[in-house]
Amino acid sequence: MKNPILSLIASRLLIAAITLIIVSFAVFFATTMLPGDTASILLGQAATPEAVAGLRKAMHLDDPAILRFLRWLSGLLVGDLGVSYANDMPIADLIGGRFANSMKLAGITALFSVPIALMLGITAAMMRGTLYDRIVTVLTIGVISVPEFMIATSAVLFFAVYLQWLPAISFANEAHTFTDMLRDYAMPVITLTFSGSAQMIRMTRAAVVETLNTPYAEMALLKGASRRRIVLKHALPNALGPIVNAVALSLSYLLGGVIIVETIFNYPGIAKLMVDAVATRDLPLIQTCAMIFCVGYLILITTADIIAILANPRLR
Amino acid sequence: MTTVETDNPKSRKFGYRVNPAGVLGFAMILFWAVVAILAPWLIPYPVGEIVDFDYFGPMSQQFWLGSDYLGRDMLSRILMGARYTVGISLVAVTIACFSGIVLGMIAAVSGGWIDTVLSRFLDAMNSIPSKLFGLVVVAAVGSSVPVLILTLAVIYTPGSFRFARALAVNINTMDFITVARARGEGTLYLVTSEILPNIIGPVLADLGVRFVFIVLLLSGLSFLGLGVQPPYADWGALVRENIGGLPFGAPAVIFPSIAIATLTVSINLLIDNLPQKIRDRSE
Repeated sequence: MKNPILSLIASRLLIAAITLIIVSFAVFFATTMLPGDTASILLGQAATPEAVAGLRKAMHLDDPAILRFLRWLSGLLVGDLGVSYANDMPIADLIGGRFANSMKLAGITALFSVPIALMLGITAAMMRGTLYDRIVTVLTIGVISVPEFMIATSAVLFFAVYLQWLPAISFANEAHTFTDMLRDYAMPVITLTFSGSAQMIRMTRAAVVETLNTPYAEMALLKGASRRRIVLKHALPNALGPIVNAVALSLSYLLGGVIIVETIFNYPGIAKLMVDAVATRDLPLIQTCAMIFCVGYLILITTADIIAILANPRLR
Repeated sequence: MTTVETDNPKSRKFGYRVNPAGVLGFAMILFWAVVAILAPWLIPYPVGEIVDFDYFGPMSQQFWLGSDYLGRDMLSRILMGARYTVGISLVAVTIACFSGIVLGMIAAVSGGWIDTVLSRFLDAMNSIPSKLFGLVVVAAVGSSVPVLILTLAVIYTPGSFRFARALAVNINTMDFITVARARGEGTLYLVTSEILPNIIGPVLADLGVRFVFIVLLLSGLSFLGLGVQPPYADWGALVRENIGGLPFGAPAVIFPSIAIATLTVSINLLIDNLPQKIRDRSE
């Protein structure tokens, strides 16, 4: 290929595809390593050996692992997600609505955290060394150093126990009015926004500070440009690539936070479904949820990489 | 090495020009380390014993940090929990960083297909979200302390590998490596005597950062009920057990969280305030 950007992006996508295959392989074999025979677990203790053998045959459990893996993978590709062990429902039906719920939570969180984080990160970099910058830095380090469930519990303590504005830990499945919805989403979104923006603020600040340290920024300072002009006209356009990269990476961190937040607030999303599936050892469901998370994560980090490639003017 | 140190003590001295924040962080870490070791002799009540008639009891003279959802003494449980949190994380981070650094240096020194295969494979591992990996493994093989340690170590090896490899690749192009190669030294010598001494500072700082990640992930897994199993409890599991006390702000749910925060924040404080000479190559 002649165009260096296109070939770089193509190689990135190829790497993502290979990674996806390795990841699906890992997910499949990690979950099939489970001790105990799936067929006899399903049929219970009273099952006759003939019944177990019959079910094993029907579920293709006697086939070599690699065949089962390929069958599972091709099933995923055509949208056949299999059937849940625990309640005998097609996994596609179980996941459908919950996937939308999780995306809604993620979307609302991104809507809040991205602008807040960018604003705080850029202003902190502009006022580097001031009290404001130091407060922002200390707070972000503080938030990064504590587990997500601690942010969630602190939010509950503050908003529900101390201020009594919001219900503590409850989630109404059906929200009818706007205020209902606001109350339901407030706590999970606050928690995720905190933990997600901390990373974003740190990385945004670092990106802007780095461009402010370049010779052309110093040149702009020497010719008498104002601080605001240096940052907005000279530094920001060049820091844009790293910043968007940082946003995509931080959103991928959110995936981990979602698992905790959906569990603690009992939010009916994919992560909660998966944690419950782990409790009931519902393997097909775990595999599918795990794949959804891995695909989402891969999409985000590959996007981050591609944006970094696109933003590099030396490759244009 | 020792002769260099005695000849020129100033340039080799560890930790001169430390600032108070770093010292505070170090003191806090030391405190938790001592607690983790001495916990069985420090606890006022046996951990498993129900000593308070009240559940989610308040802080009092008798029970300094209140009591938990069964009326067990919270202070004792937190002190003993330090053993699990600090111990598991420490072993896991040691395994992760040791294997990551060794593989990273080997990849950098050997180059060629060994480097490509290792890098590709570990990058692929890196693109599985850490909590998810923990969830799947625990679902598959069940939760026990050795499984937890190994899982955490496996999850954080790729990051350590990437870090060590990037540093080692830079060192690998230097003249003294070329000279050593020309002398006919083997990979083992290059790795242990030429590369390692040059990357050890940043690598140790990185170990601290990874320790924080591991503490957070372990607490997260325990919080989900997949980490340390009852009747034993690390700090994450303590929060999970007592989450029912959250609506009335019971101390039983607040203090384990504070314990985690004091440990992780102090490590970050220490790393951010390490003497410049150790840290400056870590970026």
